[in-house]
Amino acid sequence: MLDYSVSIKYMLAGYTVFLAIPAVYLISLVIRVRNLQRDLQTMKEFQKKNPK
Amino acid sequence: MKPQPIALKVLNVFSVLLFLAAFGMVFLYAPLEETMNYVQKIFYFHVANAWVGMLGFIAAAVAGVVYLVKHDQKWDIIELAAVEISLIFFITTIITGSIWARPVWNTWWTWDTRLTTATILEMIYIAYLLLRQGIEDPDRRARFGAVYTIIGAISVPITFLSIRIVSRTIHPVVIGATNGTATGSFNMAPPMLFTMFFALFTFSAIFVTLFWHRIRLGQLAQQVEQLKLEEMQ
Repeated sequence: MLDYSVSIKYMLAGYTVFLAIPAVYLISLVIRVRNLQRDLQTMKEFQKKNPK
Repeated sequence: MKPQPIALKVLNVFSVLLFLAAFGMVFLYAPLEETMNYVQKIFYFHVANAWVGMLGFIAAAVAGVVYLVKHDQKWDIIELAAVEISLIFFITTIITGSIWARPVWNTWWTWDTRLTTATILEMIYIAYLLLRQGIEDPDRRARFGAVYTIIGAISVPITFLSIRIVSRTIHPVVIGATNGTATGSFNMAPPMLFTMFFALFTFSAIFVTLFWHRIRLGQLAQQVEQLKLEEMQ
């Protein structure tokens, strides 16, 4: 049988990973959406200033 | 970018609530396993992450097939979204499996059949993302992606079945009879089984929510790319 203190330590490490990786991914999604929205805005403004 | 549809907003809230419920079930409802005790609780989310990871790789292959038939860029966006999210879930599976293995197997890593096939699976799809970036023409990139994900999906059943086919493996089998060489197996009491299936359902819902968000991101990226191409021409 595993020692309780050792077992809890690894369980906490595991759940930290379960929470941290999706959290980092969610943050990356938000950042990428913001960057793309800014790019889109810039492109639209550029097209307004320089019509073909 | 269009505002989020009501269904997606509902799904956001639903996913968070399900996640909290699954978390509560793991710690308050599922009993403590006798031999491994607390570290066994990693198992519920580990299996759920692996499930949605594999599900996404299969979904990517299906999107690849549809792209080859219809030649519609939206299927390339769907395929890329499925691969990216599955990679996140699958890397989580591999890391948490390693954390579980340290006290149970007395090692962080061993080149066991399941661990090896899972690593190869992860590498195949990391390579997919890297190779895609090297192709500028959207149609060529989509065609390449479709063929790649269809071939890559072969590694999903290989990974899933590896511990069921190979008799000398240290990795326990969760559903079905485990073999004699597995270390870390345990008898699942009904509350454990119920918690595991609830976690599978929860992560499936989280997957769908993230998938939808990632598809919207892909559509926005496509819009920007098209504007840039128009300007260049």
